[in-house]
Amino acid sequence: MKARSSWKIALTVLISAVAILPIYITIIVSVKPQTDLSSFWVPPPAISAENFAGAFVIGRLATAFMNTAIITAGSAAMVVLLSAMAAYPLARHRSRLNAAVTTFMLSILMVPGLSLLVPLYVVLVHIRGISTYWGIVLIHVTFNLPLAIFLYLNFIRAVPRDFDEAALIDGSSVYAVFARIILPLLKPVTVSVIILCGVAVWNDYQFSLYFLQSPPMRVITLAISSFFAVSGGNTHMAAAAAVVSIVPITILYVVLQKYFVQGVLDSALK
Amino acid sequence: MPAVRRRPWALRRTARLAILEGGRGMEHTFRKTNIMYLPALALFLVFVVYPFFEGIRIAFTNWNGFSLHFKYVALTNFSVLAGDRNVRTALLNTLLYGFGSTFFQQVLGLAYALLLNQEFKGRTVGRTITYLPVLISAVIMGYMWYFVLQYDGALNDVIALFGGKKVLWLSRAGTAISLIVAINTLQYLGVSMIIYLAGLQNIPQMYYEAAVLDGAGAWRRFRGVTLPLLYPAILTSVTINLIGGLKLFDVIRALTGGGPGYATHSLATLLNATYFGSQRAGYAAAIGVLLFVTIFAFTVLTQAVSRRKEIQY
Repeated sequence: MKARSSWKIALTVLISAVAILPIYITIIVSVKPQTDLSSFWVPPPAISAENFAGAFVIGRLATAFMNTAIITAGSAAMVVLLSAMAAYPLARHRSRLNAAVTTFMLSILMVPGLSLLVPLYVVLVHIRGISTYWGIVLIHVTFNLPLAIFLYLNFIRAVPRDFDEAALIDGSSVYAVFARIILPLLKPVTVSVIILCGVAVWNDYQFSLYFLQSPPMRVITLAISSFFAVSGGNTHMAAAAAVVSIVPITILYVVLQKYFVQGVLDSALK
Repeated sequence: MPAVRRRPWALRRTARLAILEGGRGMEHTFRKTNIMYLPALALFLVFVVYPFFEGIRIAFTNWNGFSLHFKYVALTNFSVLAGDRNVRTALLNTLLYGFGSTFFQQVLGLAYALLLNQEFKGRTVGRTITYLPVLISAVIMGYMWYFVLQYDGALNDVIALFGGKKVLWLSRAGTAISLIVAINTLQYLGVSMIIYLAGLQNIPQMYYEAAVLDGAGAWRRFRGVTLPLLYPAILTSVTINLIGGLKLFDVIRALTGGGPGYATHSLATLLNATYFGSQRAGYAAAIGVLLFVTIFAFTVLTQAVSRRKEIQY
């Protein structure tokens, strides 16, 4: 028995090592001064913090973090609100119109935002949304909404209508029913929506690259890519910035792992 | 009234409906809530539908992206597109990235899931670690791999250790494309793994017991029970990975920027280079139309195949 599971453990160690190889190398690079030319495999004799200090000062990482947090929180909150609201009538009032609206909204899942880049940029220029929080948030919300609506729709459909009807009989307005009865029931799927949307927005590079062009508005991914583009190779500082940027999401993931996995399964299997 | 006695709630429900809204019924109450989807609908109209048609319009112009003056040039952009070697390379690469990563993600994702579905010490940690890369931004993951692949990087150190010659990993198109596929595969195979793990746990143990009674070996059990019952999971996973792979952008930007020359561009990065690099907005919009058609076509295709082949048990 013991001999049979030892190869499984060995294999698991191997695939885990492959998964974290780039993270390990990046951490090593980040704690070495740039003058240290030893191999990236070898940890330095003493851990250096200078790259981290430099990353925060030169890369304005604090601002980037702040921007990313604001944009992520704003987008996730709006996605939850708008998609839960949208899903309620679509789940409860079955009409030909609503069937068409549902199909339309879900078919947007198949539209790659990137293919609309040129006209989207034009729209955002027109409404003066380039390099603003609200501009990028509206874009993120739009492209994260369809999946969230899909999740809420499936969930609300599984809640018996008797819940709503009983409360309506008692004289509640239908909006109060939504806010006080349905919304609290949606908690598990809301966690999934927040995680899926939060991770997507926190990690976004493509939209941010186009729509956040002024330096004070930079998000983390842009701050890190600027180390490679401008400084002409302060790779150690770039590594420090990369390490800092993956810390929050890694901690969240380890603590809330169950919910992260549930999020993927909700989006995939229903 | 036998019907009512058998289904007492039927009467109560009708009565309730009659009371509500002066008899206009529940449906009327729910119909009022349709206004709740108007904000979402408005966003889709402004940021998806309008840009969609605007994009097609721009694709018929020679607009440079900022000038007030432009001309409609009919199908010029599309005929140039058809003969553009860089576009052909990018389209081919897009398919390589899409189908290449999807294929390896299924094979490795299923292998990982089969391994980590077994009972042994450390499998939970194994699942946690192998899924972690999924949550890291793809562009940051690209940069992290750059430390491995750069000339003075970790990989060449290993080669030098064994007396080999250092390699410029990203300067040859074929190698660079393979590495981009590999990196994308390694980052996102966790998604397939999670889907397959859930799928494996849904297979009733009795099928395996029956197969063992019939004398089926491990391979027969895999082919005869596991694989067919995983079919829905495979389709979901393929669809998700395919869409992700065809849109590939971040890793390419981080590792090669499309180079050497135009050799590793995908349609998504070529679109970016054409719009912001060469300021040919009309032509970039035409590439956008091509990208849209490519992804849409393959998504619909996988959906169609999945519906036709759905297996009932």
